[in-house]
Amino acid sequence: MQLPDFENHLALSDEILMTVEKPARYIGNEVNAVIKDKNTVDIRFAMCFPDVYEIGMSHLGIQILYDMFNRYEDTWCERVYSPWVDLDQIMREKKIPLFALESQDPIKEFDFLGITLQYEMCYTNILQVLDLSGIPLLATERSEEDPIVIGGGPCTYNPEPIAPFFDMFYIGEGETAYRKLLDIYKENKKAGKSRREFLLRAAQEVPGMYVPSFYEVTYKEDGTISSFIPTKEGVPAKITKEIVMDLDSVPYPMKPVVSYTKVTQDRVVLEIQRGCIRGCRFCQAGQLYRPVREKNVETLKSYAAQMLSNTGQEEISLSSLSSSDYSQLEELIDYLMDISKEKKVNISLPSLRIDAFSLDVMGKVQDVKKSSLTFAPEAGSQRLRNVINKGLTEEVILNGAGLAFEGGWSRVKLYFMLGLPTETEEDIWGIAELSNKIAALYYERIPKEKRNGAVQIVASTSFFIPKPFTPFQWARMCTKDEFLEKAKLTKHAVHSQLNQKRIKYNWHEADVSVLEGVFARGDRRVADVILKAYEKGCIYDAWGEYFKNDVWMECFEECNVDIGFYTTRERDLDEVFPWDFLDCGVNKEFLKREWLRAQKEEVTPNCKMQCQGCGAARFGGGICFEEKGGAAE
Amino acid sequence: MKIRVKFSKYGVLRFIGHLDVMRFFQKAIRRAGIDIAYSGGYSPHQIMTFASPLGVGMCSMAEYMDIEVHSHQGGADMMERLQNTCPKGIDILNVRLLPDKAGNAMASVAAAKYAIAFKDKSRSFADCAGQLEKYLSQDEIMITKETKKSTQNINIRPGIYACSIEDGVLVFTVDASSAGNIRPSFVYETFMKFAAIEAKEIELQTIRLETYTNIGTAEKPEFVPLDAVGEEF
Repeated sequence: MQLPDFENHLALSDEILMTVEKPARYIGNEVNAVIKDKNTVDIRFAMCFPDVYEIGMSHLGIQILYDMFNRYEDTWCERVYSPWVDLDQIMREKKIPLFALESQDPIKEFDFLGITLQYEMCYTNILQVLDLSGIPLLATERSEEDPIVIGGGPCTYNPEPIAPFFDMFYIGEGETAYRKLLDIYKENKKAGKSRREFLLRAAQEVPGMYVPSFYEVTYKEDGTISSFIPTKEGVPAKITKEIVMDLDSVPYPMKPVVSYTKVTQDRVVLEIQRGCIRGCRFCQAGQLYRPVREKNVETLKSYAAQMLSNTGQEEISLSSLSSSDYSQLEELIDYLMDISKEKKVNISLPSLRIDAFSLDVMGKVQDVKKSSLTFAPEAGSQRLRNVINKGLTEEVILNGAGLAFEGGWSRVKLYFMLGLPTETEEDIWGIAELSNKIAALYYERIPKEKRNGAVQIVASTSFFIPKPFTPFQWARMCTKDEFLEKAKLTKHAVHSQLNQKRIKYNWHEADVSVLEGVFARGDRRVADVILKAYEKGCIYDAWGEYFKNDVWMECFEECNVDIGFYTTRERDLDEVFPWDFLDCGVNKEFLKREWLRAQKEEVTPNCKMQCQGCGAARFGGGICFEEKGGAAE
Repeated sequence: MKIRVKFSKYGVLRFIGHLDVMRFFQKAIRRAGIDIAYSGGYSPHQIMTFASPLGVGMCSMAEYMDIEVHSHQGGADMMERLQNTCPKGIDILNVRLLPDKAGNAMASVAAAKYAIAFKDKSRSFADCAGQLEKYLSQDEIMITKETKKSTQNINIRPGIYACSIEDGVLVFTVDASSAGNIRPSFVYETFMKFAAIEAKEIELQTIRLETYTNIGTAEKPEFVPLDAVGEEF
């Protein structure tokens, strides 16, 4: 009798796969996953997103690097994600080593384990991945048998709280320096040299590589950094980020992996530009990815068509920090609307400014009655919006909302932050008042017979966390109690409004924000706390239901690490920060100027209006650079 | 035009659930460039129905999906396009052009044939033929069917249309209609209990061998595979 194949060639047995939630997370074999013969490659690279599959699979950066590595004939790049808590427990009990999805081989057998660092609250999951792989958690304890553990992504702009867990970090955009790094690795391996020799050569010869073990930090009596210096000759004292200046010249994944199970970002993602001209003072991405660089619209059109036909996805989304600033947006959207009609593809347009153009587009691509409009004023008053340099005025918001109501929308989402520098009670009342004004506008503008039900305003606040490489890196962060007090006041203010029944107010938990604040501006001493918290069972801290604040507080106490030192402490203008040895292009003098201007409530024009000499033009790009015909500032 | 697609599901794709199979085909059809029809409205969806969901962990040699298309370049072309975009674990086995009046795949299902094999190749049902005969000679084989609302005791014997042991594998055809669906586990669990065969559920592999529709009457059923309906194209 002819029966189909049901032999299990996977790392997990049938029994385990039938026990855990969503076994599809662990079986690989997805459409467009790359399978190579491991005997014909020189380098095996495991690319990890330290969170659950559905989150990790939604990340564009990994798809880009996965594609890039697999274009190299000598390299096989595979994926690995954090096993969900159910499988985590089984793997520990049964001592099953963590494996890569494609080959199902143990991570320990790989040459590299690359971990992308997208948010601070995934830090214990890094330790989970290392631990389940059987790789020593501390880089100093690793042997020649262990993979090189390399970190990348936005959190590497202050890698210090997790520095002891990594052999090295890649600072900046991944497309530029990996080839050189892999060549040195191959050479080193062939010559039978040690991992330490590889790390030294990488630090010396490959730009953008930070090897924490080659740097020594000393501290002053007050706990701030006294010096941060390389201990080996030829290792740079300052590491400049890697950056791609011609985005059309680097590969982009035309065949992204398509998951079976529904993932968070279940669509084709078209990256249209990197960087942002806006310079909002709280925004880290806006500084890190300077200068702004656009992709050619013809390139993007061809990408969109190929990616849709190679994946069969039903939706395409644009990715950038501020899509409205992309110079060829109209042309691109016209093209996408054409294919959307022909191929029944949905277009999703995040980060679009609400104006006549965007409302027209959105009216064509989505169901107005069902969708909502999003504004991110970030602060409730014009005064505070000036402080944070968010160039969105009340007039612009009300104008946009008015147009939207006339276009048939009746749901508006508003995003604000609480705890911004210089914030007063008046600014907080401003959140409620602005929400109320928008609700009132609906009733003013739209006659009763034309109303599509009642207007719905959802105002959400998050707590402000100062981040490295922003003008607010000097700012004092609020305590948990201060945050909660502010949320309480916001709630009260919302309830005091005339249209309060039409306004829903949401706020975040404050515990996680405090922790994120510590990690964001922490130094190497914070690593002890992270290690201890992991040892006490903390993982998936980004997931509310698994976040154990009391355990974390216990760990800070036991490690004798003071939370306030990293969060609420007032920082001197000339303090040496743990991340000062990195250079993201934007210089500290510019950030300092911006910090002082913020306190004087002075708005700074964006890059398009007037160059501020931030320093990023030295990479040979950006609006200011192009306008001067290619001469650096 | 309505087209019925027959496919298999095996290997690691055993662990993909029914909803994921549906999502898989929605995308596969786009990749294959099949001229499928969409419903109207703001979020149009492909006109597509599946015969019957397959439990996670099971294999199948006979899954069915009906789709509505505007045009095609023949059955062989369609099979090839679809097959080229399927990973290992899903094979396209047949396509048929359905008559306009044909009932949809889901409503058509009347019976299904299953094979139950030991995953451990050293074990088999080969020497259980005698016990199977006795098992089947019972007038009543009672199982307890638990739903969210109630617990029901049901006699599954009338719904077992055929049952035998072939090459050491337990093979049976059972009622799979929406009213009287018999889960394969109802049969092998009651049989193994009857025959005192020790095995955990996880040690067995369930394989759907065929899905049938009834072209006879309720009283005098005549079961044919779902792809016996319609014609080649």
